[in-house]
Amino acid sequence: MGFLIETAIAGLMSGVLYALIALGFVLIYKASGVFNFAQGAMVLFAALAMARLQEHMPWPLAFLLAFAIMVVLAWLVERLVLRHLVNQEGVTLLMATLGVAYFLEGLGQMVWGDDIYPIDLGLPKQPTLVLDKLIPGGILVSNEDLIAAGSAAALVALLTLFFQKSGVGRALRAVADDHQAAQSIGIPLSRMWVIVWSIAGLVALVTGMIWGSKLGVQFSLSLIALKGLPVVILGGLTSVPGAIVGGLIVGLGEKLAEVYLGPMLGGGIESWFAYLLALTVLLIRPQGLFGERIIDRV
Amino acid sequence: MLYRENGQFKTTYVSDAQIFPIRQDRWFIAVALLVAFVAVPMLGSDYLLRALLVPFLILALAALGLNVLVGYCGQISLGTGAFMAVGAYAAFNIMVRLPGIPLLVALVLAGLMAAEAGMVFGLPSLRIRGLYLAVATLAAQFFSDWMFAHVPWLTNDSSSGSVTAPRLQLFGFGIDNPVRKYLFCLAILCVLALVVKNLVCGRKGREWMATRDMDVAAGVIGISPMRAKLSAFAVSSFITGIAGALWAFVHLGSWEPAAFNIDVSLKLLFMIIIGGLGSVMGSLFGAAFIVLLPIFLNRLPGLLGVQASTSLVSHLEFMTFGVLIVVFLIAEPHGMARLWSTAKNKLRLWPFPH
Repeated sequence: MGFLIETAIAGLMSGVLYALIALGFVLIYKASGVFNFAQGAMVLFAALAMARLQEHMPWPLAFLLAFAIMVVLAWLVERLVLRHLVNQEGVTLLMATLGVAYFLEGLGQMVWGDDIYPIDLGLPKQPTLVLDKLIPGGILVSNEDLIAAGSAAALVALLTLFFQKSGVGRALRAVADDHQAAQSIGIPLSRMWVIVWSIAGLVALVTGMIWGSKLGVQFSLSLIALKGLPVVILGGLTSVPGAIVGGLIVGLGEKLAEVYLGPMLGGGIESWFAYLLALTVLLIRPQGLFGERIIDRV
Repeated sequence: MLYRENGQFKTTYVSDAQIFPIRQDRWFIAVALLVAFVAVPMLGSDYLLRALLVPFLILALAALGLNVLVGYCGQISLGTGAFMAVGAYAAFNIMVRLPGIPLLVALVLAGLMAAEAGMVFGLPSLRIRGLYLAVATLAAQFFSDWMFAHVPWLTNDSSSGSVTAPRLQLFGFGIDNPVRKYLFCLAILCVLALVVKNLVCGRKGREWMATRDMDVAAGVIGISPMRAKLSAFAVSSFITGIAGALWAFVHLGSWEPAAFNIDVSLKLLFMIIIGGLGSVMGSLFGAAFIVLLPIFLNRLPGLLGVQASTSLVSHLEFMTFGVLIVVFLIAEPHGMARLWSTAKNKLRLWPFPH
């Protein structure tokens, strides 16, 4: 029992990180209709920037600087790439973001170096024992994970507040709803895109920071975006709550499957289990759990 | 002037339906085939054949297969590498377990296996479409990566996980030197390209294209979306499966599952988008571009006389690759095939102004 709960908690913790990556995808997809394959590269780039800057300054300052870099990056992407590809098909845009991903991976490693760098946020590393009265043996929970999950939740809450209450957030929701209508009432599309890519950059930075403080920042960080993809389609491409719930489901399912099914199948099933899970859900609900219903007209 | 169809009248249905309706096109194809089959093997150096032309031909074949699915039928797939892997491992198992089986038979059987895998992973396309489908096809990719690394039977219980191709023989000739490898791949590419060209001009191709342009409308006018989509998946995976077998047997020689990872799938998608969606010629252009680009980028510092460390070169390669893709998409989102047809249109009048 204790082991099951511990596994489940570990799964939920990694689920929070998947949810963060998925959130980056969903934000950009909603606002600009771009399926941003570069999210993983952005995580890597932001984390590398943060790790290297942190060597010279305290981490909150490094965090702000890295965020500033991501804003500049968002502006450049809008200015140099997206602006020229308005009205292109989804695949073309997807390929363009793949180009951006390659560029960022190259640039990040060239500017910041290609070793493994630690990010030290001064979080407590030792786990705490909880519920030792209820369950024999108790449950070990890593404090670091708890803080990470807490800050991820805080970020999501902050973003929700921003989207629901602020003027810019309202404009962003309008753009997400209908580009043309938003533009016709005077919302500047290009500035909205810069803002939403900056927010995705912030999400990438937080993801990279949490992941990097656990495992160190290295090239493989850009691959975790592939973990975010099934989460996105499971939850629905256009839904923020979907990204969060989807992330938790995938994280939980993946850990449980690895522990309980893995030994039967020869291990390592983590790499595809999430996709299988997402596929099964999609067969029943093609728009994902929370996605907008797709209506076709001839 | 050079490319003018004046005076070429189509007087029969057969001549109206042929795949190269214009005489200049037929001449061009004939000359191109002559150059490819006769001049290149005679003049090309071993390095050129082995390191450039053989990979180009095989990747062009795989791109052609993917183009059937993405360009003609409109189903985005990010799992091409998986179907190539199925083809490669199927061919390997067939040749190891049934000694003496002719190479071509093994290749076709491997292609059929890949087609079957393609149809299984194509099933979700009946329910989901667009970007959702693109992500769903990644399931094929990761599942095949895992399967070929974790099921020992498939790799004939090889302890390291890597397998080596048996000796290849065709009608008593060993396919062992670069010239023969080149000719073998070229022949297969030509045959399959002709098949695809015929398919897309016929009934099946029109079904695919109708499904691509609007599947609901296609369903309304009596095209079964299921048959159209699954047949596109089958044909596409058949071709990519054969390409995978060739890539493993002829180009690599010995390989492990990582040879068919997601990078391969993405590169193939690049090829058809840069080359041109829905165009046989475009697949060839795209493959040529993607094969040549890294070689060119690798040589560039040397040509400019700059000393650069290998890691710097590889980072720069990544960056240039990314930039070129973006620039290309912005400059010509319809790919090189569009440039090609624009050039042909220009040639109708050139060198006269009217």
